[in-house]
Amino acid sequence: MGIQIDLDKCVGCGECLSSCPFGLLEIIAEKVYLREGCTFCGACQEACDYQAILIEAAAEAPAAGDSYRGVWVFAEQRNGKLKSVAYELLSRGRQLADTLGTELCVICFGHGINEAQQLIAYGADKVYLMDAPALSSNQDDLYTKGLVELIEKYKPEIVVAGATSLGRSFIPRVAAILKTGLTADCTGLEIDPETGLLLQTRPTFGGNIMATIICQTKRPQMSTVRPRVFKKGTPDGRRKGQVIRVDFNKQRITSRTKLLSFIDDITEAVKLEDANIIVSGGRGVGKAENFQLLEELAGVMGAALGSSRPPVDDGWVSYSHQVGQTGKTVCPKLYIACGISGAVQHLAGMQTSEAIVAINDDPNAPIFDVATYGIVGDLFKVVPMLIEKLKND
Amino acid sequence: MNIVVCLKQVPGTTKVNIDPQTNTLVRQGIKNIVNPFDTYALEEGVRIKERYGGKVTAISMGPPQAEEALREVISTGADEAILLSDSAFAGADTLATSHTLARAINKLKQYDIIICGRQTIDGDTGQVGPELAEMLGIPFVAYVSKIEEIDNGYMRVKRMVEDGHEVIETPLPTVITVVKEINVPRLPSLRGLAKARSAVIPIWTAQELGVDKNMVGLSGSATRVIRVFFPQRVHHGEILQGDLESQANSLINKLREAKIISGS
Repeated sequence: MGIQIDLDKCVGCGECLSSCPFGLLEIIAEKVYLREGCTFCGACQEACDYQAILIEAAAEAPAAGDSYRGVWVFAEQRNGKLKSVAYELLSRGRQLADTLGTELCVICFGHGINEAQQLIAYGADKVYLMDAPALSSNQDDLYTKGLVELIEKYKPEIVVAGATSLGRSFIPRVAAILKTGLTADCTGLEIDPETGLLLQTRPTFGGNIMATIICQTKRPQMSTVRPRVFKKGTPDGRRKGQVIRVDFNKQRITSRTKLLSFIDDITEAVKLEDANIIVSGGRGVGKAENFQLLEELAGVMGAALGSSRPPVDDGWVSYSHQVGQTGKTVCPKLYIACGISGAVQHLAGMQTSEAIVAINDDPNAPIFDVATYGIVGDLFKVVPMLIEKLKND
Repeated sequence: MNIVVCLKQVPGTTKVNIDPQTNTLVRQGIKNIVNPFDTYALEEGVRIKERYGGKVTAISMGPPQAEEALREVISTGADEAILLSDSAFAGADTLATSHTLARAINKLKQYDIIICGRQTIDGDTGQVGPELAEMLGIPFVAYVSKIEEIDNGYMRVKRMVEDGHEVIETPLPTVITVVKEINVPRLPSLRGLAKARSAVIPIWTAQELGVDKNMVGLSGSATRVIRVFFPQRVHHGEILQGDLESQANSLINKLREAKIISGS
């Protein structure tokens, strides 16, 4: 297992050096030398014309995949209402299932859910619905056990869920119990036309590098997927599908942890994830009081208030406003970034917005690289001007 | 209270630069650090110990130089540290990593609270904590922002979700992952630095852990990276020109033309 370099075959040409995404290869005394940190990605093997580099492939497990069929989407709900990421995954899941020529199933746990027919209209062939009062809040333990039971029974080949707080905390537990692979926070899902494997692409190193990951020998292939990456499809009310009610077995499925209470953080009128327009502030806003100016602009535009990480770190606004790698991913029609430099972690959470306006006094700020329209200037002059103009109309 | 903190040594920056000649990552001059999210985990472990008594054991899986990271956390309050290092552990994904950590924690025998950072800044998966909990067969709570109380075999914590906080009660032993809101990590003390210098950090290899080599490292990994590339950003943007007023007018007109905002 690992990487072998045949020094007899190596001619020291250096062709492989640029192929290593981690820059781990060097030529010493006309032979290639590998530093520590290799992920065995195989790029250097392809680059070598002399067959001097050999990656020993992982031992091929018996074709476990064959008895596993179907693409599953875990549809997350809150208070009986499905999150939009469920529909986004449904639209991508439909494409994956069609490519594989298999069925698309939705798994939904909750209480008082009446969107099953709508899930079918959006592309599901089957909806497995486990409805019980105990499942109304997001109970990690119950969800973990419930999903494991269903996967063991029906053996899907692919299971995807939203990379939300819930998805990222309970899906790994499901994968660990099933001893299968899981790729976190994916932004791309494709089927490899040759192997039929799920190609899972995700940002890593804070979004500076993208990696494509496969799960070759274990099933199901599992991913959590970043919300707002895939677009919700259009419903077709004539689609036919099956709604299968799954019994919630209280004796077998119990929770060790207990949810005692929920404290709602969001005080403003428009929720960040649902907003059409977001006015967002960064370090350049300077202090907590100055966020009032952004709130005023947000008020005039009917927008939600967002923030990059520094204002949250400094306590100017609460975490629920944070957009980015460790906050929320948003995809509004318009994102107005005020005094935000545009660190890659922030861009990761907002760069798929339909239009981006950047207001920053530093013309070299990276935010201008993703901006549709940029204004290089003092936000404390630009924002009041915009408020005035919009108010007067 | 036996507290175990899992941590990882990571490159000190995610701002990886690209060598324009070779199109590869420039690694020279990048210092390794303790994953920032794990420093909150360590601090919280030390605070629990200070309040309830007990011992904090730091565990890291990594190459031999990860020992530096363990010395660092001894200087900021860990009582003991163990390095899991073996060439057989290389290339591990989260499944193989959590399996290895679980074996090490089982070897410790006594543990009440296991704390991990919410995610690392290099891999960003956040999966090792929850996978570890399952392999140990104990409860798990993610994104903890406050430990409210520990009493009588139970712990009450506040955890962050998208739209607020949940208050959750969990029996011990348990695994939690913590967010940066939970505390402000302390700086090393002089005594801590002295302790860190002289500390003996045992290295547990695959043999010491008694692990099956097919369950760890690359062999034990279910996932494999097949391609790594740099994200392409195509810039189509426009910097608005003119004085402040004409920039503002121009912006509003463009947004209206594109039907992004309504109005005359």
